[in-house]
Amino acid sequence: MGEVIVITSGKGGVGKTTTTANIGTALAVLGHKVALVDTDIGLRNLDVVLGLENRIVYDIVDVTSGHCRLKQALIKDKRFEGLFLLPAAQTKEKTAVNPQQMIALCQDLKKEFDYCIIDCPAGIEQGFKNAIAGAEKAVVVTTPEVSAVRDADRIIGLLEAAELREPKLVVNRIRPEMVKKGDMMDIDDMIDILAVDLLGVVPEDETIVVSTNRGEPAVLDSESKAGAAYRNIARRIAGEDVPLMNLDGEEGLMERLKRFFGFRRG
Amino acid sequence: MSLLDFITRMLGKDVDPPSKTVAKERLRLVLVHDRVNVSPKLLQALKEDLIRVISDYMEIDESALEVSLSSESDSVALVANIPVLKMKRTFRA
Repeated sequence: MGEVIVITSGKGGVGKTTTTANIGTALAVLGHKVALVDTDIGLRNLDVVLGLENRIVYDIVDVTSGHCRLKQALIKDKRFEGLFLLPAAQTKEKTAVNPQQMIALCQDLKKEFDYCIIDCPAGIEQGFKNAIAGAEKAVVVTTPEVSAVRDADRIIGLLEAAELREPKLVVNRIRPEMVKKGDMMDIDDMIDILAVDLLGVVPEDETIVVSTNRGEPAVLDSESKAGAAYRNIARRIAGEDVPLMNLDGEEGLMERLKRFFGFRRG
Repeated sequence: MSLLDFITRMLGKDVDPPSKTVAKERLRLVLVHDRVNVSPKLLQALKEDLIRVISDYMEIDESALEVSLSSESDSVALVANIPVLKMKRTFRA
């Protein structure tokens, strides 16, 4: 049986879809069988980020409403063995799917895949409730800004109320040079405020824009710092102890890693 | 740190706190309110516990009891308004 993980944030534009695409691709590269599910009905985007927009025939609503079988709707990414996308519907309403249908869908996906990663829409309404309904674990993405951290806190409260305990945090788009100057909250600040475990830190990186332009996730680019950070996150999800990467010589990251992942050395 | 900041600091004058400190402080305050709103249950449970504890010492008007959080510019306080009906002469230790 596989694992169902929802990627959520509350606030829009913090990098949920980018995170979903990169973690999923990296897990597939590691040899796992992965299904990526876009639950942002009406505003689908995971397909373009993955470069699979031209191959969509059926979508999630076709599956939940019984218009097609799950296997017909799953798009196989030809570049990697084991990576599949279930796209969102673009012309329907969020209410076209309900939480019970999502639970059933996740149950089916778990039988076939090692990881089922759900890209959650922004907000806390129906779309959010659908996205978390069938999930067993949650990853909360935030950026080092007051608005994103505030929304992340609200989301963590709602996840815990929905029995999705101990969500893990991904801090995206951090800028080490601003952190050094005291003009951006650092990782410890955010962990302190949100009181959750850290899953990973992704630096602000222009290669994300380029990779999204091309529809090739950044984890495939060996030069991309953000890509390397996402590869580390994927390995942690798969159960490995991976140290946080050194962002421009920021001190104390190793210590934090030891604390969060029980990593010991010498 | 800019040169100006450096000089001001050398002269022992107050420098504005870095913006991340401001951000963290503002977040801390706003989250106190957000978290209470997420769980009105928490305030209700606190009310019930307060009534239980205080009733050992005095008779209070439970229906008029009010508990709320009030925020000043830089702090948040728990404010309880508890009308006392009667003091007890003895109390159970």
